[in-house]
Amino acid sequence: MTFPNILVFAAVCLAAGGVPRIRAWLLFLASVLAVFWLQPALPVRNLDFWLPMASIGLATAVWIVTARKRAPAAEAASPAGSGGRRMTREDWIALSVLGLTISALALTRYLDLNPFLTATRPPEFLWVLAGLAIGILLLGGLWIFSPRRGLALAGIFFLLALFVILKSNPLTQAAAALLRRLTGQAADLASPLDIRWLGFSYIAFRLIHALRDRMTGRLPDCSLREFITYGIFFPAVTAGPIDRVERFVKDLRAGPAGFSGTFVPGGERVLIGVVKKFVLADGLAILALNAAIASRVTAPYWMWLFLYAYAFRIYFDFSGYTDIALGLGRWAGIALPENFHRPYLQPNLTLFWNSWHITLAQWFRSYFFNPLTRALRSGRRALPIGLIILLGQLATMTLIGLWHGVTWNFLIWGCWHGMGLFLHNRWGEWSRGWMPRLEKKPLLKKAYTAASTLATFHFVALGWVWFALPTVGSSTAVFLRLFGISG
Amino acid sequence: MSDRNRFVRNVVIKALILFAVVNGVFAAVNLMPALGRMSLYNTLLPGRTRLPYGEDPQADYNLSLFNLEAMFASHEAAARTSPGPLRVMLIGDSATWGFLLPPEETLASRINRNSQGAVRVYNFGYPTMTVTKDLLMLSHAVRYEPDLIIWLVTLESLPQSKQLASPILQHNAGAVRALIAQYRLHSDPQDPRLASPTLWGRTLVGERRALADLIRLQMYGFLWAATGVDQAIPAQFDPPQSDLEADEGFHGLLPPVLKEDDLAFDVLAAGREMAGGVPLWIVNEPIYLSRGANSGIRYNFFYPRWAYDAYRLMLADWCRAQALTCYDFWDLIPAEEFSNSAIHRTPRGEAILADSLEALIAEERNGR
Repeated sequence: MTFPNILVFAAVCLAAGGVPRIRAWLLFLASVLAVFWLQPALPVRNLDFWLPMASIGLATAVWIVTARKRAPAAEAASPAGSGGRRMTREDWIALSVLGLTISALALTRYLDLNPFLTATRPPEFLWVLAGLAIGILLLGGLWIFSPRRGLALAGIFFLLALFVILKSNPLTQAAAALLRRLTGQAADLASPLDIRWLGFSYIAFRLIHALRDRMTGRLPDCSLREFITYGIFFPAVTAGPIDRVERFVKDLRAGPAGFSGTFVPGGERVLIGVVKKFVLADGLAILALNAAIASRVTAPYWMWLFLYAYAFRIYFDFSGYTDIALGLGRWAGIALPENFHRPYLQPNLTLFWNSWHITLAQWFRSYFFNPLTRALRSGRRALPIGLIILLGQLATMTLIGLWHGVTWNFLIWGCWHGMGLFLHNRWGEWSRGWMPRLEKKPLLKKAYTAASTLATFHFVALGWVWFALPTVGSSTAVFLRLFGISG
Repeated sequence: MSDRNRFVRNVVIKALILFAVVNGVFAAVNLMPALGRMSLYNTLLPGRTRLPYGEDPQADYNLSLFNLEAMFASHEAAARTSPGPLRVMLIGDSATWGFLLPPEETLASRINRNSQGAVRVYNFGYPTMTVTKDLLMLSHAVRYEPDLIIWLVTLESLPQSKQLASPILQHNAGAVRALIAQYRLHSDPQDPRLASPTLWGRTLVGERRALADLIRLQMYGFLWAATGVDQAIPAQFDPPQSDLEADEGFHGLLPPVLKEDDLAFDVLAAGREMAGGVPLWIVNEPIYLSRGANSGIRYNFFYPRWAYDAYRLMLADWCRAQALTCYDFWDLIPAEEFSNSAIHRTPRGEAILADSLEALIAEERNGR
């Protein structure tokens, strides 16, 4: 999000918050337009138009899969296999608005202006109409087959497969080469950067959550308009947080709290976010550890300085975006969930992960860690509890690492935190015996908390060495230099 | 209206008034030079060995900005030092600055190393080829009490028509107009390229980019201090063009006439006046001598032979008439010791020039 993006979004959110009658439709329309507007330009011809369309298409498809089998009561009332929901008038209107908005965006190609809502000139109108027709056919087919068992699971696997393709450089490059061939461009110039799909990670997490909750029967009923707004809600589409459908829809239906209650707190949050992102994070970006700095700096004290700069830069950048999203959401009457809570002031790694990218950690806890540890516990051969925790923490954190990209460095970063969480868990067990005695000595307790906070921060900061650099070799060299082992 | 809404309205109104007042005061009192002088360099951070200039700040750990006070405050010459060895100031273009050379290989660094502390040479070269830009730099450099000023020039820096064709001049229009007036230079003070900032441009908002540059200059100082890098030097670059066009033109001039008025000798004379009692040497810097196609017509990409030969004669005559010390090193360096243009030298080429200059400086020092 750039500063002009934020200004426009602020105006939209204030309008939505101020005029309850149009709020839901305004947020829906703005979210649809925003995925096109925020999508960066891509070298593969027209891909920066097709990818936002695909985001909307995926969200619609998941709505269909989840909408056709809804509340158990509705399911029980309807004949077996026919699903529990029909398209309402509002759904038809939402679908029409989607089609018309995309068509209108495509028609801007013929205006004698620079592209202003899309990254580059949209494709030929006929191509867009063909794309819409194919989309409608696919979605129609999905509607017919959606009550079938296993479709939600297939949807999850499909989204995960897309994830793997987009997060693995060789696969992304192969996909880019394929797309280049389709558009008549040179395939040998394909690069992983050809497919930068705005907000896909966050959209996919929301959709997987909806599909999984549909499978367990926990997903609430919602309209197409509500679901699309949830999936691609414009303040949160680029950097989260990952909200839950039931919470989001509840806010959407509740109506705005009015200016007097939201203007100041929302504005305060946006302002804090802007300062964090555009002043602190962008300022620190100059000093933040990167591959060039790693190769040029030899003195340990300078290396520590640049590592600290990276640690604070990534925090201010990410939490700044979150603050902006939360502030904008608040103006629009949507209380998005908190994503950060003083993570670098936490006295242990478990608390750090409860306060850093909170919604992602919760997502993984709900949909991966808990089911995995449950499965391990209920297995035929009872595993020791320590081993279950080790496997659970390692697998979860490794997966979070790989979510950032399928590389050795992200894998090691995940393992670093997985091992850290496991060790903290064991330390907690071990220290349980003498910790109450510490509680009785306030001064000692304070010193212990300060030392553990410092240790936790440094553990996390050292972990960023794996995260910030592209290769294991450069990260290892930085580790050695940080501790003065090699010049 | 509820109390809370009234409170919000009051806060917004007061904030807007404060914003307008602060911007107005900032525009009325030109604070940019004073802010430029506030620097971490030479206190917390080591001073830079050459003036800030960077085409790719993130890779160079350096950036181009237009605040002369900030530029000079970041230079090592701004450090307060006790009187010591002979203080020599080098001014000139990108070749003097050391384009494509690491800081330790520039002309100034080489002479410093060669002299083993007997002289202290400061590099005030700055890219872009116009002697008026050099004069502007000299006007700031003289405050650091030089014992000797060496001005490296080449014909390409001298045409009157391109004297104001440098962004640093255009963004310091007031200072340039003052130089034109004070030294009666031939450049037009009303030249449209010398645009004075509007009132809006002088406000805090209007100067936001320049203010951000001041902060970035300090931030890059940490990277400069940690790495000693102030320019990312590519592993490979194209050598100077050796096969040349059969073109005898030079900035619209055709043989055989190159008049003294075509060249900015008035600026060189201003430099002499500015130096006052401090000795000023004019050095015609080495150029690449092509041996490729049409090298009988042109010496290199910049110069047709007739124009360059006429310039050399004219410079020698002018120096004699002005009783100025001038050195002509035009063919001092072999062609293979130029890096990517007809004036940029390799480390070896720089060493050759440094040896020659160092010998002359040593003579000057011994003569005192």
